[in-house]
This record gives sequence, structure tokens and C-alpha cells, in this order.
Amino acid sequence: MLTDITIGQHIPGNSIIHKLDPRIKIIITIILITALFLVAKFTGFALYLVYIIAIILVSKLPVKRVLKGLKPIFFLVILTLLLHIFLTKGGTVYWQWRFISIEEEGLMTGLFMVSRILLLIMFTSLLTLTTSPLQLTDGIEYLLHPLKRFGVPAGELSMMMTIALRFIPTLLAEADKIMKAQMARGADFESGNIIQKARSLIPLLVPLFISAFRRADELALAMESRCYRGGEGRTRLHELKIKKKDIIALILSIIVAFGISFF
Amino acid sequence: MLISLKNITHIYQQDKPVVALDNINLDIKKKEFIGLVGHTGSGKSTLVQLLNGLIKPTRGQVEIENVDITTGEVNLKKIRQKIGLVFQYPEHQLFEETVYEDVAFGPRNLNLAPEEIRKRVKDSLGLVEMDFSKFKDRSPFNLSGGQQRRVAIAGVLAMNPQVLILDEPSAGLDPRGRDQLINLLYHLHHELEMTIILISHRMEEIARLATRVIVMDHGKLVLNGTPAEVFAQREKLQQLALDLPQITEILYRLKKKGFNVRTDIFSISGAAREILNEIRRKNPC
Repeated sequence: MLTDITIGQHIPGNSIIHKLDPRIKIIITIILITALFLVAKFTGFALYLVYIIAIILVSKLPVKRVLKGLKPIFFLVILTLLLHIFLTKGGTVYWQWRFISIEEEGLMTGLFMVSRILLLIMFTSLLTLTTSPLQLTDGIEYLLHPLKRFGVPAGELSMMMTIALRFIPTLLAEADKIMKAQMARGADFESGNIIQKARSLIPLLVPLFISAFRRADELALAMESRCYRGGEGRTRLHELKIKKKDIIALILSIIVAFGISFF
Repeated sequence: MLISLKNITHIYQQDKPVVALDNINLDIKKKEFIGLVGHTGSGKSTLVQLLNGLIKPTRGQVEIENVDITTGEVNLKKIRQKIGLVFQYPEHQLFEETVYEDVAFGPRNLNLAPEEIRKRVKDSLGLVEMDFSKFKDRSPFNLSGGQQRRVAIAGVLAMNPQVLILDEPSAGLDPRGRDQLINLLYHLHHELEMTIILISHRMEEIARLATRVIVMDHGKLVLNGTPAEVFAQREKLQQLALDLPQITEILYRLKKKGFNVRTDIFSISGAAREILNEIRRKNPC
């Protein structure tokens, strides 16, 4: 039921992509997303796709899983396409019925936007697929480090993110259990109109919030009793180190990014 | 037959399929008191969730009064009214502003008349020994842990189930709370003639209350019989990392030391009598 939801869809692996430094991977992702918005022609997208396929092959990710990541945005993609097709005017008229028409410009911009969205999601999902949530937060903490001077609590932020990620499966399991317990008392979460459905969530949400607060209290106590006093001066178990392959990946990605955005 | 499980197999589909129940066949008659034991992950909780249709088995049939509830046509609300399920730490499901409202949640879902709801709330709070007029308007969150648990159990009893299933109801209770719970279960079984299925790690509870003990291991039923029959299999239970009731264990050890005592006794008073008799036989003075 609820436990089917996966957040942070990491697939463990041993490829060179998996082993890259998370900081580098985040930077590469940012660079390539920027490049994606500079692309002006379909040839750029084609090259972009080639680069994505190359990464998938090297990382040995199951192609099915990468494509599955596109499923949630299916509706958005279709909507974007339809809006552009019917609303953007200009160029050759392909089809017309009274005031509704499909014109060249609309079709082209529609396809262009859709390609951009699909590639964007694919590339970012490559990051989350090959990087464990823990590595990701580590990387984010390092990258936020320079902002400490301006009062950004990087250590605390990443601790919060780590804890949040850690407790998502726990809370989902808890929600599943409470749902079943209320169903055993005759609660009905499925039928009824939208207002009834929203009301029927109260017996689920109240106990879930209470248990989340209780868990937070317990976790805070457990952390304090093990002498956690905030991020200042903490060392880490896995130090991140930039290696040769990270530099190569970064340079390669910058070249690719330039290549596709000027094509 | 009240409850009948036929060739039940249940597989959880996670990263790898996990077989939680492996070809289970089980019949439960009216007025039985079943003690269900097995270490963590043996499939007990999965088994009891099948009984009121909260999960559907991968293969096999669950029949309640000869009606298969795994097909789509069955009204599961009716089944859940008939078969009450008290989860582990049931106090974690409390959500209403007052004790009265929380206990009334189940009867309300059954669309009962207001007077009937009031009667049911009053009766079920009475069963768990919570004073109706004193507690009905209090917030369930300001009660002690033991009181919260009793309110939660009352919430299930208010559905007026024929069968009551409890998943480790005594976990985390103090000795007094445990005694109260045992008395409640005894009362429900003997006076109100409910069929009860109790999951517990405390063999004392099982030995005192159950008319039949079922031991599960790795999704299979490995032992199934009266408490005397099951607790006679001491080696088998030890293999499964399960204990005997303490008092039975003492009698076993006495027997090993050469005392000629029976080992199928589960109550302290019974054991005391047996030991006294043996001492008198040995030292007739």
C-alpha cells in the first residue's frame, strides 16, 4: 500500500559513476541543467541524449528504472505539449477546425519544451539513482560550507536532511500500521467525495503527527546522550576526497555542456 | 467452522520477495482461545491481518463462517465488525479529543443509532475497567500509558466483535497492567464467550488462558495443540528460541534432578501442590 512509495530511488552499484565524488556529481548536474536551458536546436537535445545514454551504460543502471522515473511527470508532459500545440500560433497551418488550429510553431515549441523537461528529469534522476541519500547530503553540506560565513547553518541543515531521509520509511510504515488499525475499526479511506475523503484522513494524520513528535523527542534525547552539540568541529567517518576520475568527469561534462549549448 | 484458512501463502514483494506465510492450513472453532507464539518475523502478525481482510493472501482462501473473504464481493466492513483486531501498541491509534469520541469511532463507522453508540461506549469502557463518568470527557492523550491502552482496546470492543485478535497486548505494561489484561481476556472468553486469538511472547499468559497453542516458525505452523501437548515439546521449543512458562521450566529441572513431578502444570498453585506432594512422598514423616 503506502510502503510502495520510494523516495530517494538510489540503486546501489559499483560503477565509476557510483564512485564519483557526490560534490562533483552535484556540480556536474547543475552545469548540465544550465546547458539544457541554453540549447536552441534539436541537435543539441540529441547530443544531450547521447551523453545521458553513455552515462547509463557506464553506470550499468537498468534502463527500465530510469524510464520509470519519468512516469510521474507524464501528465505534465502531455499538458505542456497540448497547450503549446493549440495555443502557440505561427508558421504553416497543419489542421484547422473552426477556431481551433494546429500550426507549425506550436508543434515545434511543444516538442522542444517536452524534450527539455524529459531530459531534465532524466539527468537529475541519474544523480539520485547513482548517489545514496547520505552521500547526497554530505555533498550538499560541503557545497554549502562557504555560505557559513553568511550565517547559513550548513552542518545543521544537512543533519536535518539526513534525519528526514532516514525517517521517511519509518513514517510510511507507521502510517500503514495506523491506517490498518483504523480500518480494523471500520474506517473507510477510499470511498466518498473529496470532503469525506479529507475528513477520513484525520484518524490517520493525528496519530501520525503525534508519533512523529514522539520520535523526534526520543531522537533528540538519544543524540544528546551521545554528546551531539551541533555541527561545530565535528569530524566525519567518510572524508570526501577529489580524485583524478572526478576531475576528468568534471572536465568532460564541461566540454559536453559547451558543445551542446553552442551547437 | 468459524475461521478456516486454506493453503494460505503470502509473499511480500520488496526488493526481494519474502515468504511471510508458507502454505498454512488452519481451522478455528467458536469459543476457542488460541495462543499464537513464534519469534519475531515468524509470520504471526501477517497471519492475523489476513483474518479480517486487511491484507489479501498471495494464494489460498480465508473463510469466515464458510464465506471466502478474499474475493472482491465481500463487504469487508462487516467482516471487520465481526473480527476485532487490536494491533501492537494500540494506544498509538488514538486520535479524538475525548475518550468517549475515540471509543465511539468504531460504532460510528457502523452507522449505529446514537443511543446504541452511547451504550456500546459505556459497556466497553466498563469491560476494560475505566470509569465511564470519570474518563469519558478526558483527552486520551492525558492518560497514563496503561489507561491509554485500555481505551484503545475498548475502541475495538465497542465494535462488538465475535472474535477478538490481540497482537502482543501486554508489551510495555507494568505487572499490574498485565494482570488486569489477563483478567479482561479471561472474562471475555469465559463470560462473554468470545473467540480470542492472542499473540504473545509471555508463555505464562498463553499457558493460563489458551485452550490451544499454535507455534509458528518461518511462515509455517510447527506445533499445534493443547498447552500441555505443546509445552511437552521442550527441546523443539528451545530449537525455536522459545521459552516454557517459568513454572513449567522449574518442574522440568526438578524432574531432571530426580524428583518425580509432573511437567504439564502451568499454574503456580498447581505446581506448589505437586512439589509438596512429591516432598511428602519422599519424606513420609
